[in-house]
Order: sequence, then structure tokens, then C-alpha cells
Amino acid sequence: MATLLEQVEVDTELRPAIAGRNPWALAARRLWRNRIAMASLVLFLLIVVLCLAAPLYAHDVAHVNPFVPNLNGHTVVGGKVVPVMQRGGGALRLGETPIGPTWDLSHYFLGADSTGRDVAALLLYGGRSSLLIGIGSAFLCSIAATVVALIAGFFGGTTDALLSRLMDVIWAFPVYLLAISISTELLTHTSGIQIGPLNVSATSLWVPTIIIAFIYVPYVYRPVRGQVLSVVNKEFVEAAISQGASNLRLIFSEILPNVVSTVIVLLPLMIATTILTEAALSFLSIGVQPPNVSWGTIIQDGTDLVYTRPWVTIAPGLMILLTVLSLNVLGDGVRDALDPRAKLRVEG
Amino acid sequence: MTRLPATMLRRSRSRQRPPARRLPRWQAGLAVPAALAVLSLAVAGCGSSGKPSSSSSSPSAQAAGHPGGTWTILANSAFGVADPAQNYTAEEWQLLIDTHDGLTGFAKVGGAEGNKIVPDLATSIPKPTNGGKTYLFHIRRGIEFSNGQTLKPSDFVTTFERQFTVPGPTSFYSDFVGASKCSTKGCNLSKGVVANNSAYTLTLNLTAPDPELMDQLALPFAFAVPAGTSPKLTGNNVPPGTGPYMWKSYNPNTEAVLVRNPHFHVWSAQAQPAGYPNEIVEKYGLQVSDEVTEVLNGEANEVYDGDPIPSDQLGTLNSPKYAGQVHVNTLAADYYYALNTRRPPFNNLQARQAINYAANRTAYVKIFGGPSLAVPTCQILPPDFPSYSPYCPYTAGSSHTQWTAPDLAKAKQLVQQSGTAGMKVIVDATTDQVGKALAEQMVADLNSIGYKATIQLLSSSVQYPFIQNSSNSAKWNVAYSQWFQDYPAASDFLNVLLGCGTIHPNSDASPNIAAFCQKNIQSQINQAEADEATNPSEAARLWTQIDHEDTNAAPWVDMFNPKQIDVLSSGVHGYQWTSVWNILIDRLWQG
Repeated sequence: MATLLEQVEVDTELRPAIAGRNPWALAARRLWRNRIAMASLVLFLLIVVLCLAAPLYAHDVAHVNPFVPNLNGHTVVGGKVVPVMQRGGGALRLGETPIGPTWDLSHYFLGADSTGRDVAALLLYGGRSSLLIGIGSAFLCSIAATVVALIAGFFGGTTDALLSRLMDVIWAFPVYLLAISISTELLTHTSGIQIGPLNVSATSLWVPTIIIAFIYVPYVYRPVRGQVLSVVNKEFVEAAISQGASNLRLIFSEILPNVVSTVIVLLPLMIATTILTEAALSFLSIGVQPPNVSWGTIIQDGTDLVYTRPWVTIAPGLMILLTVLSLNVLGDGVRDALDPRAKLRVEG
Repeated sequence: MTRLPATMLRRSRSRQRPPARRLPRWQAGLAVPAALAVLSLAVAGCGSSGKPSSSSSSPSAQAAGHPGGTWTILANSAFGVADPAQNYTAEEWQLLIDTHDGLTGFAKVGGAEGNKIVPDLATSIPKPTNGGKTYLFHIRRGIEFSNGQTLKPSDFVTTFERQFTVPGPTSFYSDFVGASKCSTKGCNLSKGVVANNSAYTLTLNLTAPDPELMDQLALPFAFAVPAGTSPKLTGNNVPPGTGPYMWKSYNPNTEAVLVRNPHFHVWSAQAQPAGYPNEIVEKYGLQVSDEVTEVLNGEANEVYDGDPIPSDQLGTLNSPKYAGQVHVNTLAADYYYALNTRRPPFNNLQARQAINYAANRTAYVKIFGGPSLAVPTCQILPPDFPSYSPYCPYTAGSSHTQWTAPDLAKAKQLVQQSGTAGMKVIVDATTDQVGKALAEQMVADLNSIGYKATIQLLSSSVQYPFIQNSSNSAKWNVAYSQWFQDYPAASDFLNVLLGCGTIHPNSDASPNIAAFCQKNIQSQINQAEADEATNPSEAARLWTQIDHEDTNAAPWVDMFNPKQIDVLSSGVHGYQWTSVWNILIDRLWQG
């Protein structure tokens, strides 16, 4: 009778060799198997696709130009032609109320806002701005924070002290107050903001993108710098140094690959945070400026219609909720997938 | 007068006069203890009160038949500094007319009668002498301030000198002899405001005739305060007045409380009747929607009429249930866009007329709340204003008295003829809902006739000085603004807003925002002002002509004349409204 050890050896010989997988592939596989994270990703991508299809919806489905007020316009509800703005009743006839949701995709699906514009079309166009700013500022923030963290963590000493203190100064300001202050100042440059040879219009989407990216740099800097500090003392880095690798090579070839996972984990969460920040600034009229729209500006426009036309505020709020929720769940999934301590049942 | 966020009304009158300036807050803070010390000395050292020169009934007797009680007003925010020499808000003025009096006053009665000037602390309205430069007032005897001090003619010297030392909007009284040398450091109007306490007369000597002086003396800036009142800003402490009420307290974070003045008696029911409520309280801090809810529920009496009702609550007010509680009145005001005549494209008459033809005034009216709350207009003077005669050349159709619809074909033709098609235009407006929506509509109107318009939004508190200051002229082409009357005189619109003398380069107080100045029109303005005292009918005719000529020259796109809503609790009686003070608070009672 074979011993247990002999049986294991036989089994090993009979089974084919296990193909090696790199850590990224393993992480991807773990993520793929996380159904909730995948559902969140699908939801997020669905939102992105819908927003990208905004011109298609506005032009070919709803037949509206959501950027032009339509106060004197008419639409069709239940086969009847009705005015988009409806005058109040009673003896006084005070006020003009926009039409409510018709639930007809081609006729003011979610109703109109206070200037007679199609809310559904605005919602999709607004999503483009919100997502663009959210994703753009998260990427900009991550890149800037990573570069600063690499420099600070690698060189250490005075460089690290100075950069860390600079980050502390920025972090000391309440995030929203800092964003409000910078936005308010930049918006007064009505003839544009001069950045070297470039002149950026004060109403450009770049302005809120850069402001939001700037205020969140310390939040990404700290964890990345911590990771850099832990990697910089590893043996493989010492080995690379002993082989004569330059600082640039050490940073980009040895250290960066080992900290990028931290950035990747933070990215979905940062996108969620920056989308929320953009919505807040736009709600306060110091984020996205007309003629651009965003979910935050639509919410602000709807505040005067909360009692009679709540969908003007509910719809963009729901979009923000779903987007942020999906990104947060996805971020959790990505973090779990990139956790090196996670066990994986590898199939033959 | 222009309207800022809800409760703040900021007016700017600077016809070749120094603009009003505010003291820094730290100086205002130091002024309060000094003022209190002076006031306490004044109260301690007050002389004999004397007896009334004519018999009169006590306040309670005057209000007999109507319950006293407390009248509660809800306002979103307070009105800032309470010193009547400086405060320029309708919110405080509605209370000051109940606590203070001037030489003259607007009759305290609703409707058109409320625009009439009547003698108040003066026994009569004097006729000017010395070529219109001297007015001799006889002051009523036996009137006391709320601190028991007897009113004397010399009190008016302090009142007018404070206008320069506090400082307040000095342009109203800068024609007094000696005023040109007055400043915040000191003011001596002994030659311009001559008081004779024995004869109880007050002589006003002017450097030039001012036919609107009686109106200006009826403004709260000229309301009498005791002679010992500090020349500096009294901050949130209001000096004693002679009205039926007195200020018990004012905390801008919570409330203002007015109680009956025990030293008041009625000397002229037309100018200053006794009030009905025993106490008037104005509370601050609620959202306007909450104010409306509380008043409709009977928890308070009045929504401050300067707080704009949110559009989705207007529907609630339409209910027949509230029919007796909602009052709508037409304001003597304009909502307009000033066109920058300093630079292209609107330094071109045809371009200015083009946008006037293209302006979709129906849309502007809908943004403001519909035809029940705004009436479209093309001209400067508001309806029912002195010298108003309906005129609107910028409309489709043949009528030239009423706007009906835009004329886009004519507008596009004018744009082509002007050679300005395709030019970039910046529309400057405020960040509030109405300002933003109006700007979006204006952009659409400009784009529809061939311009490339964009929006620039600024906070209300920043936008008004921004567009007035010529150093910002290169940053906008079309600027949103509003103007509310100071008093019912055509010059308050036509000269203050479109006269050559009200362009002040590099100043935040230059109310002629469009920088419009045409010599032929200005000479007519000068003639009309000169004719006011000697030939009022000719003056009225000239003002009408000026209004129409200004409209033809199109320095503005005039959008609409607004209406105002008063929301009151149920069971309120005595509602009266004037275009000068709006709702007369002390005439109200709840039965």
C-alpha cells in the first residue's frame, strides 16, 4: 500500500503543471469573481455610456436643445399640445410652473426646469460634465500626489520634510472652504486665467477640474508616501542601488510599480469624492458655469421647484448617488482584489 | 434705487456729488459706546418738555376700536446697520417711518395719495425764496422724542450734519450751503441749516435751487434726531425719534422690536397717525418658504415684502383659501439690462435697437413669475409714475404703446446694418435663480440675431459695484440690474440713471451703468429740472419727451416692471400700500 507521501507525489506527477500568473492577472481574476464589484462596474459604465449618448438623446429622441431656454415652447402630453410653462391658477394666477414628468422619452421625460429646458437631456449632458471633471480631477490628483510622494519618500530628509509640510498646509484648510475660496477668486477673472502662454476661460471645465484635483492632493499623497517609504528600504531596491541604478530608474522601475496598486485602489474612491465635490461647488454656483451644466447646477436650478417639481432635484441627486455608490463598491472590490494576502483557488 | 439680495436695497445717487461711503466696522463699533454715552447725557439733561400746542388724543385713544397686540414680521435677514443716517434699505425704512419724522413726509395713506408730500414736523410746506434757494420752515412746538427730550429746530442741524459725518448718501443734501466742506471728519452747516430755537424756525439755504427738496426731506436720512446724537455711526442703536413707536431693541441675528413711544401725540393724522399694534416685532433667520408657511399657519402676521417668494410656493398662494391674505401691487421699478455704450457692439445705435427688438420680454416675465408679477416694458419710466406715457417702439406690429412680441426680422436687419454681426458679447448677471435665468434668456436672444453671447455670473453683492466701475468696462457688454424709486420724481430714473452727471469714472458708485450721455437729452434734463419749481406742467411734458427719447436711443434693454407680493395672516384689517414705503405696517391690525 502506498504511503500518503507516495500518493501525493503520484498525484502531482499525474496533474499538469500549474501555469504561473502575474499578480495583475490574479487581481483581475479576483475582481472578476467579485459579483457585487462587477455589478457596480457595469452600473458605472452604463451611466457613462448614457451620458456619452446625451447628444443622441437630445437631438434624435427628445428633439430639444437643452442649452436654450424654452419658456414659450409647447410639447405633447397624452396627445394634447400643452405649454411647457404653465401659469398659476386661481384668481391671482401667480407664478409659472414648468411641466412635470411625462414619462414619455420623446416629450420631456422628466419634465422641464424653471427655464423650460428638458430635464432628462440636461441630466445626461450634466453627467458628461460631472464625470469628466470627476474622473479628470481624480487622475490629475493621483498623478500629482504620486509624483510628489515618490520624490518625498525616495529622497527623504529635508525634501520629505518640506513637501510633507506643504501637504499639511493644504490639508489644514477645510476642503470645501479652500475650493470655494479659490473658485470665487478665479471666477472674477472674467477675461480668462493666464497660465503662461495659455489663457483659460473662467467658465472652462478645466477650472473646477484643476481646483478639485489640487485640494485633494494631500489625501492621496499620504498613503502613497507611506507605501514609498516601506518599499524604498526593501532588499530589491538595495540590490538595484548596488548594481548602479540611477535615481530615476530606481523611482520608476523599482518603486513606482510597487506603489501603483495603492493608487489604483484609491482611484475609484477619489473619483467618487471628486464627483461629490464638483456637485457641491456647482450647487453653490462656483463650479461649472453656464452654458455648461452639471448635476450640481441642475440640483441648484431645482431648489425653487422642490415642492411642485421635485424630479428636477431628485433626478440628478439619484444619478450622483448611483455613481458614487457604484464607485465606492467598485473601489472596495479593487482593494480586495489587490490584497496580496487574499487566497485564490486556482483551477487546473 | 437698485435692489440687491432680497432685503438689501442699495441706492446710489451721485450726480456730481461725492459717493456715499461707509465707516469701517471697527470705527462703527467704537461709535456705539460713544453714542450711548452722549444719549444718556442728553436724556439726563433734558429740559422742560413743554406742553403740546394743540390738544390731541393719546395713542390708545387714537387706536380705539382696533386691538393692539403684537404685529410680527418674518424676514430672511436683517437690514444691516440701523443708523437712519446711513441705512438705505426698504426693510428698515418701513420701520423708521413709524419711529421718526422729518420736516415733511409722504402722506401715510395707501394708493396714489401716499405719494403726496405733506408737512410733518414743519407746520406747512414753505414756498422757496431767494431764487428758489431759501426755505423757511416753522417747526411744531410741543413734540417730544422718545427719550422725553423736546424737539427743537437745532435738532435738524445735527440731523443734516450727521449725514456727512456718519456718512450717509450725501447727494440728497449736498446743495446745502457749507455742505461742500463737510466730510467724515466734521461738518458745519450753520449757514446752510439755520435754526432759531426761540422763533422755532428752521431756514434751509441752498447753493442752487432744488425742486425735489421736499421729497428728499421726507426720506429717513432727514428724520430728526436729538441734537446730542453722536456725529458718528450709532451702529445698531437707533437714535430716539418722534414717531408713535420707539426702538426697544435691534439684534440683526434675531429680531428688532418696536414698542409704543409714551411721549408721542398725534399732530397730523395725515403725516403721522397713531399706530394700531402695541408692539411690532421683526424676526430674522428663516428661509422664505418657512416664512410663508408660518404666516399662512397664523404663527406670524407678515412675510417681509422684500423677500422673494419661491416660485413653487406661488401656486399655494393662488388657492382661494388665501385670497384675502395675498396682495399684489405694482412697484415703481425697472428690471433692465444696461448696454455698454463705451465699446462695440453697443456703442452702435442700431446694435442697441436690434437687441431691443429681439428681446423676448414674454420669457423674461415668465422667469419672474408670469404676467401677474411682471409687466413687459420698453421704456424707462414705470407705469403710473409722474410723466409716464406708454411708449414701446420695439415690438412686432404697429402699436407703439405696448409690447406684444419680439420682431426678430427687424432685429437681424439692424444687426446686419450695424456691421456688428458675429461679435462676442458678454452678458453679466447675478448668481441667484432669477438673475441666472434672465441671463440665459438674454444670451439666447443675442445668439438668435447673430451675436456670440456668453454668460458671466457674479454674486449680487459683487455684481452691482462691478458693473458700475468703468475699470471693468472691458469685461462686459450687457449688464443686468434693477432700479426702484427713491421718491416719485421722473429725474430719479431719467437723470440718476441716464444723466451725464452720474457717470463717475473708476467709481463703484456710478449709477449710469450704460455710460449713456447725449448732450441734447442732457440739456432737456437740465431744463426740466429748472422748470420743476416754476413751470411744473412744462417740466412734466419735458420728462415725458426725455423718457421717449431715451427709449429711442436704447441705452438699455428694459425688460419689465415688477410687482410685489404681500403675504399676511388671516383676519388682517387695514391693509394699505404705497409705492414709496410699500406696506404701511402700523396701519394693520388683526381682528
